[in-house]
Order: sequence, then structure tokens, then C-alpha cells
Amino acid sequence: MASLNREQLRDLYRFLLLTRGLEEWLDRLFKQDQIVGNLCRSLGQEATAVGSAFALGEQDWLAPSARDLGALLVRGVRPREMLLQYMARASSPSGGKDEVDHFTIPELGLLGPISPLGTQLCVLNGVALAFRMRGEARVCLTYQGEGETRTGASHEGLNFAAAQRLPIVVIIEHNRWAYSTRSDQEAAVADWLDVASAYGVPAATVDGNDALAVYDESQRAVGRARRGDGMTIIVAETYRMLGQDQHDAQDYVPEAELQGWKARDPVSGLEQYLVDSGFVSRAALAVVKEGVRRELAQAVDEALSAPMPDGDEARFGTFDRDAVPVPWTRREAVYDDLSERPAASEAGGP
Amino acid sequence: MSGTTTYLEAIREAIWEEMKTDPDVFIMGEDIGTYGGAFKITEGFLEEFGPDRVIDTPISEAAIVGAAIGAAHMGFKPIAEMQFIDFIAPAFDMIVNFAAKVRYRTGVGAGLVIRGPCGGGAHAGPFHSQNVESYFANVAGLKMVAPATAYDAKGLLKAAIRDPDPVLFFEHKYLYRRIKETLPQDEEVFVPLGEARTHRPGSDLTLVTYGAMVYKAEQAAERIAEEDGAELEVLDLRSLRPLDTAAIVESVRRTGRVLVVHEAPRFGGLAGEIIAQICEEAFEWLDTPPRRVTALDTPIPFSPPLEEYYLPQTDDIIAAARWQLD
Repeated sequence: MASLNREQLRDLYRFLLLTRGLEEWLDRLFKQDQIVGNLCRSLGQEATAVGSAFALGEQDWLAPSARDLGALLVRGVRPREMLLQYMARASSPSGGKDEVDHFTIPELGLLGPISPLGTQLCVLNGVALAFRMRGEARVCLTYQGEGETRTGASHEGLNFAAAQRLPIVVIIEHNRWAYSTRSDQEAAVADWLDVASAYGVPAATVDGNDALAVYDESQRAVGRARRGDGMTIIVAETYRMLGQDQHDAQDYVPEAELQGWKARDPVSGLEQYLVDSGFVSRAALAVVKEGVRRELAQAVDEALSAPMPDGDEARFGTFDRDAVPVPWTRREAVYDDLSERPAASEAGGP
Repeated sequence: MSGTTTYLEAIREAIWEEMKTDPDVFIMGEDIGTYGGAFKITEGFLEEFGPDRVIDTPISEAAIVGAAIGAAHMGFKPIAEMQFIDFIAPAFDMIVNFAAKVRYRTGVGAGLVIRGPCGGGAHAGPFHSQNVESYFANVAGLKMVAPATAYDAKGLLKAAIRDPDPVLFFEHKYLYRRIKETLPQDEEVFVPLGEARTHRPGSDLTLVTYGAMVYKAEQAAERIAEEDGAELEVLDLRSLRPLDTAAIVESVRRTGRVLVVHEAPRFGGLAGEIIAQICEEAFEWLDTPPRRVTALDTPIPFSPPLEEYYLPQTDDIIAAARWQLD
């Protein structure tokens, strides 16, 4: 079992709670029209993100998918920053330029995704190459939904990392659904470990709803990568308990299947384990819960009062230097640049 | 021009010198290490710089560009080779959605170079001859360079490597071994991005062009001078983005006539953008309508007579210039 001490176990539990609580707030704010754009929930999958991110060291890098909010929190992103990002505020990590978890924070070892899937691993490979070129024993960890692994970029990225023996851990989050498409329609493989096995690197399956099991398996993989033994692929068996996003009521999901997975809830599962094993008392867990509740309420208050960006900010930041010019139709003197032109009679003609 | 350094060797020298002076510069691509590259640009690099800085990759253009972006995030200056620039298509997503947008979205830049041989005239067929600049011209966040001379190839590549943003570097394969120049040995060759160059001064008509077409434009200008007594100015853009609009406008306002010549197909080609800018900035100075000389709107055919018909030729430029001058 996991080699975590009492304090770490309580922390792990706190991050699971924080993830779920933050998403519940996001859901509420979405319904109040405070969220710009869309919201993808990780309900039911929190243990995979939190447990694996817990296995990384401070100097390592992590590249989350859209359903790994918990991993971002473990890396040190504050709930307020996530709220600002979803609310498209000026002080959000992307300055209002992008959505969801699409931001990169080198100081936290975080590489954000883009919406076309499979691409992020290709970029993370470069971060791992940089570690190797500098002779640093640092590790990268990333996630791909099983649907994402069906992209060409994912295959190129997995193969590149394997061929280059890069210090990378890839977690395939087998949550059964790619939007509305069942995983058995996405591929002919019955066991997604077969996908992992195609790259000639160590691979393992883990119960993705068990944070401690995910932590253990991730820690082994991170250790291998740190020792220079290359990539590991972990298939986390889990379930997407909500639709693709807020607009998807997931009518296509069989009710019995959903109920079966509900019984395997990762948050109450860990809570039960901690109490039963005597590691953490119910009283201590109650203190954690209250702390999370307060932290989130304060973060929401702060985020709601944060300003939106000025529209003119859109001109800045495409390149290292120079903004794009103000559109000529929006300049104060639209016709100024015509003043130096010759009169029509002087201009000549064909 | 004559001399001892080919356009290809100039590119090689630029990479070699940058790798020698800056340990953060490294190269990555298919068959660039052990084999020295399909055109032998990186021959001897593996022996000199070792496998960490000269990386032979799988046939995975998306993975190559992706790794270059990630390494650039970490402070390296990667040069990714596309064996032929046509093969940039599998990396399109990585370039337009990741590299081009990452600084804007996240504040973290991707200073990398993607370079490779472009262009027709080598009878290499539809997949080894393309000019891809227009595919990328509408994407904010990319810089694009297309040198015509050995000096510019070397100087612009050095500028591209040191640039903090992604640069697509289009080397014209027809020029690789045909162009030979004497490059200065005692001073550094460096050409800033975004500055056009007057290849041939003239007063009667401006030929705006780049890449291998610079030489056809030059030939056309020489013939027109001889046979018609008119002087054509050849403006070599060198950088396609940022575009040196000021240089174009200055020349066109002076000559009052303009032709834009490029090797890429006509529809959606850069000539359309350039002429739009001329119309916005110099319309009243024009004596004749600006026009284009471009390749056909077809794929690039393989057989020599077909390819010759497809490509803009010196006679096309002469015919267009005479239409303008009449």
C-alpha cells in the first residue's frame, strides 16, 4: 500500500475534496451565467488526476487534459485562478485569451493543452528532451483520454517518447466515453492495455477510482523515468459520471452502468478507507471539509469581483515584440493617413 | 553572382555557426544525423555535436514540431527539419494551433525554426515541389522567410534561429547548388527578419517577388532593358511575414507600376495580399492596374514539359511587364 504518511494522506483527501468542491462551484456559477464558454467536469475521475499528480516532485512537469482539474490543484494552481480562467477575467492565468485549463505556467511545471487532441504529449516530449539535454533527473507526466489516443498525434507522441526513451509517464484515462462514442466503438481492442503494449515500454492497468492505487502505480513509473529507464504507460480504469460538458445530458449512457460506477465513488472511497484503517479520524476529516468549504467560498468571492480585460488587450502578445495595429476603422482620425496622398488629378492614370 | 559558397552551404554554415556559439541550439528531423540529411545539409553534424543535439527522429512530423515547441518552452532553440517542405502538412495542427498561438494564449513563447526545401523546377512531382507559404499566411503568430541568395539564406537563418517566435524557413531546392556567392569571412553574416532588398534598381515598374522567382524577374528586367529601354526594379521580399510593406509602397509610389510574381498558385496566393496592401497604401500613385504572375491553380505536375508550363517563366514576366508599360 501507499507509502504516504498521515499528513500526506490527509492532503490527498483534501485535494480530492477541493477538486469536487471547486467543480460544484463551477457548475453553480455556470447555471448563474457567470462562466464564459463551456465547462467539462471530472466527476468520478478525480482520483486519477490527484493520485498521479501526487507522485511528482516539485521540479517535474505535468500536462493535464481538460478533465484533470485535480492535477492542476496538486501542482499549486489556486482555485481562484481556475475560477478567473473560466470567467474569462483579466487576471486569469491566460489573461482572458483562452479557456478551461489552457494555460502554461513554467514555475509550477505545468504545460497546458490545446483543443485538438494528442498534440500536448508531442510538446511535452520536448520538455523531456530538454531535461535530458541538461542532464537533469526530472520527469514529465501527462494524461490522454482513451478517445484521445485514437488521434495520429497521440500515436506519434507516444512512439517518439518511447523511441527516444524519454522520462515520461502517460496515463490513459479510460473513462468509457469519447463524447457520445463508447470506447468499444473507438477501437477494436477489448483491453486498453493492448494499446499501451504497442510501444515497447512498461505498461500497467490500475483502478482509476482508487487514489492510493493510482498514486502507487504512478510513483513506480515516475521512479523508472527518473532512473533513466524511459516511458511508462498506465491505463486508469474509470468512468465519466457526467456528460461531455454542461450541454450534454448523456442520455446515451445506460442507467445501470452509471449506478454501478456510482458505488465506486473515489472521494467517499478514500474517506471510508482512511476512517476504517484508523489513519485519519472522522473529526480530522470534518476539519478538512470545513477548510475546503471556506477556501472555495473566499475564492468565489474574489473571482466574482475581478475585472474583465480591456478589449484593446486583444492586440498584444502574439509575438514577443510589437502589438498588431489598431484597426484603421477604429482610429480617432480614420482619414489621417490619406492626407499625404496626391489629389486625383495629380495621380495620373492608365 | 559567382563565388565558392553555395546557397546550401550557406544554410549549413548558419546552423553550424549558431550551434558552435550557442549550446541551446539543436537540430531534429528525419535522417539528419547518421545520413546527414536528404540534401546533406547536416553532414558531419552528428560527429561534431553528438546525438543529444543532432536527433534522428521517426517519420513523425507532428512529433518533431511538438518536441521543438516543448524544448523551446524550456529555453532551447530547436531547428526542426522537414525533409521536404511538402511534409509540413502532417505537422499543420502543431504549427497553426500550438506553436503560432501559444505565446498569445499563455505568455510562454516558442522560439523555433522549421526549415525545409520548397519549390519547383526540379521535376520532383506534386509532393516534393510545393510552396506552402499561403497555407500559413493567414495564421497570426508565425514568421516566414524565403531567401533567394546565399548571403540572405545564411543571414536570415541566423536571425530566424535567434528569434523568440516560430519561424518557417523556406529554402528553395532549385537554388541549393545553382547559387554560388563569395560570402564575407571576417564579419558575421546576419540579416534581420522583415526587411526587403532591392535586387535590381529601376524606375519604370516594380517587380515584387521572392525565392527562385527573383532570378526570373532579374532575367526579365535585363531583357526589357535591352529590348524596350525600360528599367524594372526587382524587389526581393526575403521575409514574407513580417512583410516589408514600407519598402513595397516606397518602390511602387516611385515607379507607378507593379507586378507581383510568385511560384505558388494564384488563388489565395500572397500576391493577392500584397496587391491589396498596395491598393490601400499607394492606389493614387498607380499608373496601371497592379497584376499578378503566378503558377497555375493546379497541383504541381511531374513531367518536365508539364512542370515548365505550370511554373511562371521569364517570358510570362516580360509579357506582363510590357502590358504594364504600354
